[in-house]
Amino acid sequence: MTGPRDLPRSLTHPRPAHLVLRGGTVFSGWAVGAEVVIEGEVVFNTSMTGYQEMLTDPSYHGQILTLTTSHVGQVGVNPEDAESNRIWARALIVQDLDFEPSSWRSDGGAEAWLSERGLAVGWGFDTRSIVRHVRTAGAVPGILVTDGTAPEELIGRAAEARGTDGIDLAREVACTEAYDWNEGPWASPSHPLERGPDTDRPAVAVVDFGVKRSILRRLVGEGFAVRVVPPGVTVDELCGGRYAGVLLSNGPGDPAAVGGAADLISRLIGEIPILGICMGCQLLGLALGGRTVKLPFGHHGGNHPVRDLSSGRVLVTSQNHNYVVEESSLPREVEVTHINLTDGTLEGLALPRAGVEAVQFHPEASPGPNDSLGLFTRFAERCREAAS
Amino acid sequence: MTKPSSVCILGAGPIRIGQACEFDYSGVQGVRALREEGCRVILVNSNPATVMTDARLAHRTYVEPLTKKTVIAVLEKERPDALIPTLGGQTALNLAIELEESGELERLGVRLLGADVRSIRLAEDREEFRVAMKEAGLPVLPAATVTSIEEGLAALDTVGLPAILRPSFTLGGWGGGTAHDRESFELLLKKALDASPATQVLVEASVLGWKEFELEVMRDSAGTFVVVCSIENLDPMGVHTGDSITVAPAQTLTDREYQVLRDAARTVLDAVGVATGGANVQFAVNPDDGSYVVIEMNPRVSRSSALASKATGFPIARIAAKVALGRRLDEIINDITGSTPASFEPALDYVVVKIPRFAFEKFPGADPVLGTSMKAVGEVAAMGRSFEEALLKAVRSLEIDRDSLEAPREVTAADDAELEGRLAEPTPDRLWELAEAVRRGWSEERIFAATSVDPWFLRRIAGLVAAEGVAADALDQPKSLVALKRLGFSDDQLGRLTNSDPGSVRERRIEAGAGRIRRRVDTCAAEFEARTPYLYGSFGDADEQPTPRRPVIILGGGPVRIGQGIEFDACCVEAVAGLRAEGYEAVMVNCNPETVSTDYDAVDRLHFDPLHSEDVLDICDAERPLGVVVQLGGQTPLKLAAELEHHRVPIWGTPRDAIDRAEDRGRFAELLSDLGLRQPPGRMVTSAEEAAEAANELGFPVLVRPSYVLGGRAMEIVYGHDQLAEYLERAAAVDPDRPVLLDHFLERAVEVDVDAVADGERVVICGVLEHIEEAGVHSGDSGAVTPPVSLPLELQAELRHQVRLLALALDVRGLINVQFAIQGDTVYVIEVNPRASRTVPFLARANGTPWAELAARVCAGASLSELGVHDGVPTEVAVKLPVFPFERFPGVDPLPGPEMRSTGEVMGRGRSFGEAFAKAALAAGWRVPSEGRILLSLADRDKQRLPALAARFEELGFAICATEGTAAILHSAGFSEVTKVFKLGQGHPDIPQLLADGAIQIVINTAAGRRAAQDAGSIRRAALDAGVLYFTTIPGAHAVAEAVAALRRGPLSVRALQDDAAGPPPWAASLGD
Repeated sequence: MTGPRDLPRSLTHPRPAHLVLRGGTVFSGWAVGAEVVIEGEVVFNTSMTGYQEMLTDPSYHGQILTLTTSHVGQVGVNPEDAESNRIWARALIVQDLDFEPSSWRSDGGAEAWLSERGLAVGWGFDTRSIVRHVRTAGAVPGILVTDGTAPEELIGRAAEARGTDGIDLAREVACTEAYDWNEGPWASPSHPLERGPDTDRPAVAVVDFGVKRSILRRLVGEGFAVRVVPPGVTVDELCGGRYAGVLLSNGPGDPAAVGGAADLISRLIGEIPILGICMGCQLLGLALGGRTVKLPFGHHGGNHPVRDLSSGRVLVTSQNHNYVVEESSLPREVEVTHINLTDGTLEGLALPRAGVEAVQFHPEASPGPNDSLGLFTRFAERCREAAS
Repeated sequence: MTKPSSVCILGAGPIRIGQACEFDYSGVQGVRALREEGCRVILVNSNPATVMTDARLAHRTYVEPLTKKTVIAVLEKERPDALIPTLGGQTALNLAIELEESGELERLGVRLLGADVRSIRLAEDREEFRVAMKEAGLPVLPAATVTSIEEGLAALDTVGLPAILRPSFTLGGWGGGTAHDRESFELLLKKALDASPATQVLVEASVLGWKEFELEVMRDSAGTFVVVCSIENLDPMGVHTGDSITVAPAQTLTDREYQVLRDAARTVLDAVGVATGGANVQFAVNPDDGSYVVIEMNPRVSRSSALASKATGFPIARIAAKVALGRRLDEIINDITGSTPASFEPALDYVVVKIPRFAFEKFPGADPVLGTSMKAVGEVAAMGRSFEEALLKAVRSLEIDRDSLEAPREVTAADDAELEGRLAEPTPDRLWELAEAVRRGWSEERIFAATSVDPWFLRRIAGLVAAEGVAADALDQPKSLVALKRLGFSDDQLGRLTNSDPGSVRERRIEAGAGRIRRRVDTCAAEFEARTPYLYGSFGDADEQPTPRRPVIILGGGPVRIGQGIEFDACCVEAVAGLRAEGYEAVMVNCNPETVSTDYDAVDRLHFDPLHSEDVLDICDAERPLGVVVQLGGQTPLKLAAELEHHRVPIWGTPRDAIDRAEDRGRFAELLSDLGLRQPPGRMVTSAEEAAEAANELGFPVLVRPSYVLGGRAMEIVYGHDQLAEYLERAAAVDPDRPVLLDHFLERAVEVDVDAVADGERVVICGVLEHIEEAGVHSGDSGAVTPPVSLPLELQAELRHQVRLLALALDVRGLINVQFAIQGDTVYVIEVNPRASRTVPFLARANGTPWAELAARVCAGASLSELGVHDGVPTEVAVKLPVFPFERFPGVDPLPGPEMRSTGEVMGRGRSFGEAFAKAALAAGWRVPSEGRILLSLADRDKQRLPALAARFEELGFAICATEGTAAILHSAGFSEVTKVFKLGQGHPDIPQLLADGAIQIVINTAAGRRAAQDAGSIRRAALDAGVLYFTTIPGAHAVAEAVAALRRGPLSVRALQDDAAGPPPWAASLGD
């Protein structure tokens, strides 16, 4: 006999869930996990793998994450793929969610993991329709309701839902105490990594605006001793000779709202080698005198083509940002190093004489292609050169 | 690199197992892409049933054998700057290597584009490949390349058992296998060594049961690398990927594991040296610890790249052709979005499932267990919002009378032990066996232990089985009904489960909110707006059907199978041009990912969906077509006609009643007698006694077949009462419910196929094809020639007259095919098909007229007079020869008979019959000798025709040897030089030995009856296995003699199709641009 476990969940009288968008559009599906009414900015990601990474990425703080791929949850969850110690997305919306994992790497099912962490999940949604809506209306705030409240009752509240502009979300996700990070990148059993000696590692400071662990893992892989510092760190601390370089991390929301960051960074420039990633790139842009603007619906996915202007080669990149540095706002001496080939937006900048490089995309991937890992290697080289 | 101004593309030749119509698709894309780039394109392909050989596509089209000699002749004539060998499968690659290594390309100043010989060699030579992988730091399986049995046995020490044998340079893994013990290892190794043109076999450790993945990748000259699609096989390692059920995108990898494979794929390309173009890389992944090995890579477009192109909307072949010219991916615009560059990786928000289609029923005695040598003849794919929906859509696309996971009787009848055994040795039924195991309550662990199918797939299948169990009251529960539809359940199955009928289910589900909507395949999961109308049906909130503008639907042919192949796809694609010329939008429906018809570029709108009534009706609801054309896709669309008509969908062309009149035995007889035409006398019987009586009345030999089986299945020619009784015992239980048909068999009759187009007033004859084989061989398996070589003109006129009578009587609008048998001066009508036949594209190539396009225009209301069309006139003699898959089915007698078994065809054109036949034989892969020794072994009934045949070969300078009876007759007829040879085991040397030694160049072996067939089978089989030209009929033997004579006269010339016509006829629509 097939057991009740086998029965597709859609035939088991699931609880309804609704997504009510500012503007009154309602999408419906079913609910698992927390019974809540939860507000957030609705964004979508078109990656076909890596749901655990996305959900734990602090950059999704404040957002209702919609995944477009057909099936989510099939590989469960595991400790190495977590990008932080918690789920940051406000809620998850998918077409289909698996009960049980099928992966040797998994140490638990995605559904249990999500439920235990109190995340509301909407499944059975027509995520494609949501994407089509967001694509035209732009990233909109909305409310996911999984507690049985009728969606009509929430239209008024949704109309007042706020976006992310002007909110310093980074402060909410960043660490408050500095800490050391030691774990290196995950390695396939077919390609075991040889870890270098733990002595003589140059130190790198990672200014945490909501850093993904993969960035830390990659830095360890490049031979760094990694220390994560809160965004309130002082210039003296960073430039006092302890560190060979500074990495400005990714983070959620509006870069212009991150208090004190631009000021800190403008004083770092020229003092120490810097690599900026995602929000780190935006903050560098601001510190250099540029402007950031909000994209219509952002870039969220693992398939965006970016041209590396120095080699002419196209990198397929992992992306997750709603804001971008306006190229025209940057002073002349700033070199544009990468551009996005789908919409021409800025994807990387550099100030070579000051030892500054930054990219808007995610070279640490996770999820996404490893095409740009070379940026970490180059950063390590720059740090070593500067130190010698 | 300077851009070449003229480029030669090599096609893949005839459709074979392992090399099907995907190379027509890639070739067509390649030609179009090169034209866009301003190149003059020269195409060589021997397969006339392809879209690519339409003379309007390339600038110069050579329907000539894909042999070194002919291609050199073409290159000498056309002097192209470059040659692209990566679009025509293994055939083109092997040929390109041959040309390059012989120095001919250099001599002619032709450079290879898209792949260099070193990388082709490296990818093909498994040992070199392994070494290169190891050097690049990539894991591979323990293996050794061997060239003898001794070396093989030595290799076993390191490789261990089970071991996989993979011959180098063969198609679709042909000649390989898995050995579980030393004994089978030796046997398999011998075969594998024979199969490899280089007598080289890789003996490889087996990773049976590991998960199998494939990445389709592209790279350009700037080094930009993209993965177009990841594919996961539901069948784990051990089943050839062409025989596997496959799923895109990959489902059971974490992102980190997937990226490891992605990085490895790039390293593989680096290591092999693929600078630009498309390639696929296969991986096996250990489900227990995620370690992996690189299995192989193909530095060319392939079956999988066709699937990946259709699955994602990313046209791999087209873009491969452009990057071969030096274009960068970021310079090429993604057609689908019209705004983003091709240097990205498609994101899918749906699942694609491919299921292969098999034809084991055609090869009794063939082993249906799936292994490392591909056996599928075709495939279907389907798209759904979930794996389940895609899987069930793919099942109903297969056209194997199954619309669900409900197991057929042969599966449910197996006891548990038997079922377990079958699960461990996968056959084409494995999907239903998995479902049956779930139904029997077997645990996931037990099923996994037997099959190694990933638990994720097993749970989804279990879910579908569980859902069947709660569906009974679905009609009263709208939510359940919607959920079941979203899971992919068909209206047919829900009709059965709810004790209702499909029509009511359809009504209720539409009421409940499960009306099908159209979704776009857009390469980007809706992130950007799609421009290209490439759609599939599913369920959800937002319908993406574009507003139709005078739409006319063409129903395609579904999966390629024996009897319904690529030729129907060529007809459907040609019809697009016809409908456009008449001012309509041509909307295609098809589910075959290999074909040109499922290229969104080839049509105005494409619905990639099952050719199943509910799906087609739902498409009609979305399109509201002005008409539906059902006559071009073979039997598949015809079977849907009644249902469509019932729903008041306008069917264009011949009225449906004509189909019934042609198919219903009684009405057909009435039609012929009304017109005063003859058919061979026949009777339907319901008992063995009646059968014997009927046979006496009709006179032996009789052609017998069960009335309830279509398409020549189980059809046999019976020469006497014993054989009749034996047949009824073995092949066709006869009773009142299952009548058997007996027809007088017309011995030594000449069969003729005539195709025509009619508009209700005029009938234009496309061509008359005389079969080379006599009646008794299925028309699809018979060689044929146009214009006829042995039919007097008056007789041909009579045939044309009869076709006109039939077409007008049936009120045909569009194409009709009539098969005749002519015995003496008497003309018998064997069969009438009021639809496109498989010979239509052949005739189109032979006389330079796009018949299917004209038929489509007639369907749209144009008259033949308006179109200015006249009877087709071949410019040269054109011969069609079939290609058989017998080498894939060891132990099967390679004797053509009433049941069709060929997978493809070739065309040879020449000034004489002999020249055309020689070319066709070369194109079909035969070695046609100009001298040597011929073996004659004839059935008694053929022996009076023996002396003339022997005399002809003697005249051509051939030595003759013969089996005992045949030799005796020849001696007594005065052929003193004839040597007697022995059948297998009857003396030394015996025939198989002589064949293996190369002492015989031609075998003529005719046989009748099953006993003789078994005996003769060994001669034919031995000839086949030794690669020696063999023919099984007297007329076939004479044709071979003509071919030999032509070869002795001098080298064969080549001629482009474009040289046939003075210019494009007035009605010819543009196809190329």
